[in-house]
Amino acid sequence: MLAFMTRRVLYSLLILLGVTLITYLLLFMLPADPARQIAGRSATPEVVENIRHQLGLDLPFYQQYFNYLMGLLHGDLGRSFIQRSEVSELIGSRLAPSLQLMGMGILFELIIGIGLGIIAALKRDSFADRLLMAFSFIGVSSPQFIAAMLFLYFFAVKLDWFPMGGYGEFRHILLPALTLGLLGSGWYSRMVRSSMIEVLHQDFIRTARAKGLSRVRVVFRHVLPNAIVPVIPMIGIDIGIFMGGLVVVESVFGWPGIGQLAWQAIQQVDIPVIVGVTTVSAVAIVLGNLLADLVIPLVDPRIDVKKH
Amino acid sequence: MRRKALSLAVAATLFAGNLLAAEPKTGGEAVITYQNDIATLDPAIGYDWQNWSMIKSLFNRLVDYKPGTTELVPSLAENYTISDDGTEYTFTLKKGVKFHNGREMKASDVKYSLERTVNPKTQSPGAGFFSSIQGYEDMTSGKSQTLSGVTTPDDYTVKITLNQPNATFLHIMAINFASVVPKEAVEKWGADFGKHPVGSGAFELAEWKLGQQVVFKKNSNYFQPGVPYVDSIKFEIGQDPTVSLMRLQKGEVDIAGDGVPPAQFLQFKNNPQQKDLMVIGDQLQTGYLTLKTTLPPFDKLEVRKAVNMAISKERIVRIINGRAKPANQPLPPAMPGYDAAFKGYPYDVEGAKKLLADAGFPNGFDTELYVMNTDPQPRIAQSIQQDLAKVGIRAQIKSLAQANVIAAGSEKDKAAMVWSGGMAWIADFPDPSNFYGPILGCEGAVAGGWNWALYCNKTLDAEAKRADSMAKPEQQAERIALWKKIFTDVMADAPWVPIFNEQRFTVRSARMGGDDALYVDPVHVPVNYDYIWVK
Repeated sequence: MLAFMTRRVLYSLLILLGVTLITYLLLFMLPADPARQIAGRSATPEVVENIRHQLGLDLPFYQQYFNYLMGLLHGDLGRSFIQRSEVSELIGSRLAPSLQLMGMGILFELIIGIGLGIIAALKRDSFADRLLMAFSFIGVSSPQFIAAMLFLYFFAVKLDWFPMGGYGEFRHILLPALTLGLLGSGWYSRMVRSSMIEVLHQDFIRTARAKGLSRVRVVFRHVLPNAIVPVIPMIGIDIGIFMGGLVVVESVFGWPGIGQLAWQAIQQVDIPVIVGVTTVSAVAIVLGNLLADLVIPLVDPRIDVKKH
Repeated sequence: MRRKALSLAVAATLFAGNLLAAEPKTGGEAVITYQNDIATLDPAIGYDWQNWSMIKSLFNRLVDYKPGTTELVPSLAENYTISDDGTEYTFTLKKGVKFHNGREMKASDVKYSLERTVNPKTQSPGAGFFSSIQGYEDMTSGKSQTLSGVTTPDDYTVKITLNQPNATFLHIMAINFASVVPKEAVEKWGADFGKHPVGSGAFELAEWKLGQQVVFKKNSNYFQPGVPYVDSIKFEIGQDPTVSLMRLQKGEVDIAGDGVPPAQFLQFKNNPQQKDLMVIGDQLQTGYLTLKTTLPPFDKLEVRKAVNMAISKERIVRIINGRAKPANQPLPPAMPGYDAAFKGYPYDVEGAKKLLADAGFPNGFDTELYVMNTDPQPRIAQSIQQDLAKVGIRAQIKSLAQANVIAAGSEKDKAAMVWSGGMAWIADFPDPSNFYGPILGCEGAVAGGWNWALYCNKTLDAEAKRADSMAKPEQQAERIALWKKIFTDVMADAPWVPIFNEQRFTVRSARMGGDDALYVDPVHVPVNYDYIWVK
């Protein structure tokens, strides 16, 4: 177990190093000149040069990257070019809202997705099954921006069930999280449905039924624990997808998360913020996957990490 | 008939009621939304849509503008005198003006603030505005730590000496980058001053939750009596413009700071319940097509004139849902020096064909049109492309990111035509000279510059210099007349096709009071917070 852990952590560090390198390289090759952007249009070439020097943008690529890594080791993500504040402070203030939204979003995804998946599997090939699968298909393929706007219009403007954006109270998180949950639940419902159907056909289920266990007990005690295994790594992957999906949902609902910060930084070529957000997101994804790998053996003892 | 008379009477009473209600009320809170972050409230650094008028309300400058207009008035200065040769400005400061930290503002603060903006360490995008002050070069090159041209004979007098007369200097002293800041607060917060601003303005910062909201509260010691009217302003950040409009209609928001998104514009404008909430104003902006005067065939005047006559500006305005007015000269109508009598080049396809034939291109030619790649710019470029095709000019569209278009624009052998949309040119201050030097003068016609036509007319440059040396107030009328002529003379050379002047649309809730002009203030962009009030 320890060897497995060590190996996984080492891999994760390597992945993070790769992510920062690629991000840095891409931004370095970008034709936009951040020094000129900061200097404004009334600046003389000397002023631009001076700013470039102060920010270390005149250094060769490997040196800029090395300086960044050195800062990172000390927990220093640098200062935003545009906002002139510490990147760690900007990300720090937005991390909690994003994690809250991600947590609630995944919770809704699981409740809706697993619930629908069970029903669809048990009523296989019925009208209800087709309807639910159509629903999940629409969910995963709808453009998030449009769907989020429609939900906002119906549930907040027309029906007045939820507030229109805002942050701070529990009621504020419901609609954005529900939007994420409804749109993403399709992945889970399809997965749970097919893996349940597979398990339902196995001999031990027939045995369980034959010895007179109630249907509910069979489903929740025998089918579900077996069918749920593929869902767990899926959550790890989902954290990555959410890092991207949050940008849209956060901006529609005015949620003060990390996605909005990233989106604005990209538009303004605010390199320290872009690199900072990418690094933090990469850490979140890697941690998510690591966690999923560690949880699976607890749910399904047949998977033994020692053999890997 | 009776009913009509009655409704007229009702209308008359309503109108009278309205007039009575026009007396500003004090108190209350206004809620204003923006989509993008308030990057900084440091007056030496802030240079974007959201923070421009916020900074104006937190800080003061020696001079400012009458609310809703482009008319200069003294602010921190009690009065000022200009020497006969126009190179020496002496400002007498008001006494008893307090910063938000309670200390009185003195002449040394003015000197400190100007030097802070010019100091290369500050990395201010506005440093270049102060290049006419004596000692500017010594400071930017690091030879000196102070501006020799700014002196303080006593606590309430600031004397500024210029290298040469500069008629726009008072406008420059009214720009955000000339805001007066207290040295001790800047030193206390260092690089974080932008998140902890201390000024002398009508409002002071009460709360800042990063990425969520900024709250301003009224400065009860403000030196201008009676203002501001509202007790506080809550700026909610990260709000999508479309959602902001929905929230405004629900009564949760008072001003949608980003205006009406293009997609909702017609729907909003044509809705009888909503259209009164929208205030339309002019913007000091011109959208134009540059023709590279050094690159054949655009080196021929006939060709440039032909392009001017070939493009239907009306159609382009329709493409952007009527959010602009067609233009025929570089200056926008709201700018002093705009020539209302000038007719410009007519839209005349046959005339354009004839000019091209005269210039030796009866079958047209191939060329390139550079444009920024975000909507609606490529659609506008396509409209220009189709218009040009009708006279035989085959333009290939190069749709690129903003930075790439700007870089290509000033290159000698590239970017024969550039559509300026999304990149240029909104005036920094309401004076015609701001529309000449960088974008039409010889100084801007260099690599990395903004004069993408590479147009350089030495005679007009000399005239421009002459106009800007007329610094005395009594020369103003003559100066503006001279600028008017310079810009119509530019059009005789046709380096540009002026396409349109964008308009501004602010939406405010029915409970907001104050003159419409405050909501589309030409200088306190987008809204003059000091003078708005809650009914």
